[in-house]
Amino acid sequence: MVAVLAIMALVIVAHYQSAPPAVAELVVVLPSADGHTGTVVVEHDGKRAVLDQPYAANRVGRASGPTQLTEREVRSAFGEALAAIPARPASFLLYFIAGTDELTGESKVALARMLDELRRRPSPDILVIGHTDRVGGDEDNDRLSLQRAERVRASLVAQGIAAGSIRAAGRGEREPVVQTADGVDEPQNRRVEINVR
Amino acid sequence: MRWLVTLAAAVFAAASYAGDVGQIKNLRGSVHVERDGQRLVATPGMGVQQADVLVTGADGAAGVTFLDNSLLSIGPDSALAIDRYSFDSTTHDGHFDASLKRGTLAVVSGRLVKRSPEAMRVRTPSAIMGVRGTEFAVKVSEPGR
Repeated sequence: MVAVLAIMALVIVAHYQSAPPAVAELVVVLPSADGHTGTVVVEHDGKRAVLDQPYAANRVGRASGPTQLTEREVRSAFGEALAAIPARPASFLLYFIAGTDELTGESKVALARMLDELRRRPSPDILVIGHTDRVGGDEDNDRLSLQRAERVRASLVAQGIAAGSIRAAGRGEREPVVQTADGVDEPQNRRVEINVR
Repeated sequence: MRWLVTLAAAVFAAASYAGDVGQIKNLRGSVHVERDGQRLVATPGMGVQQADVLVTGADGAAGVTFLDNSLLSIGPDSALAIDRYSFDSTTHDGHFDASLKRGTLAVVSGRLVKRSPEAMRVRTPSAIMGVRGTEFAVKVSEPGR
């Protein structure tokens, strides 16, 4: 009986000694690039903490619970991880002269500017999607939209962007920016959309 | 003919992405990917797959862009497991579960969370985070480190 109690006591002591948590954890919500702050719900030990203010944080460990960090504390704790966040995905639009795969003058300039942005990205993944207005038949427009995407793809490759990192696709007249009746010449719909990440 | 060339190019590009749910964009120092019991040296542009574990050394850091435009990056001495990833590029439905075993993690949530709050969850050894957007950071320190 005494032995059993002694063992129980030892088990309790051992358990108590291991009670300080094996790890310390910290989660903090950051203001996003667009100025909004999101929300993270932390669940620990059956408790829920909702973090929805800039630099609102929650600790798990010796001092568990909600807390507030400063920007400086966040930089010091997470600086290297934050510096390694990939470039934000971006998208661009370029426009064409009616019925052709020739960019408008303005869009030629925009393409040159966009190239600088693409070159800054290590290992870019680029999707070029061509579109047309509703002048002409569906089949012709499917062909023209792909031709536009391919032409832009070729320009990017000619400017030194790796061919393997660019995919091109045509969507014909299916996704107009401006809804029009069939047969309407609409410059805003004659475009390629370039998505890069 | 032009169609054929285009089609071949599209199929080739698609094939090279099969199984990949993300791509390593930034790399610094020593970084490995544990996949199917193998330890692969991470390279810029390398694909990341479901069930991969990203591991950085004392001088390491890595940033990954996922299919839904979620951005995740880890700092030195970190281990991050991609437990589950699915994304429907048409509906934007899917799930993203990741676990930070140790180290530091920064997250910018993407289309999955925009479509459905808490479609993304991040686990640590003792807590679970439901992500309603958008930017946050997590740290797991082991005693003596």
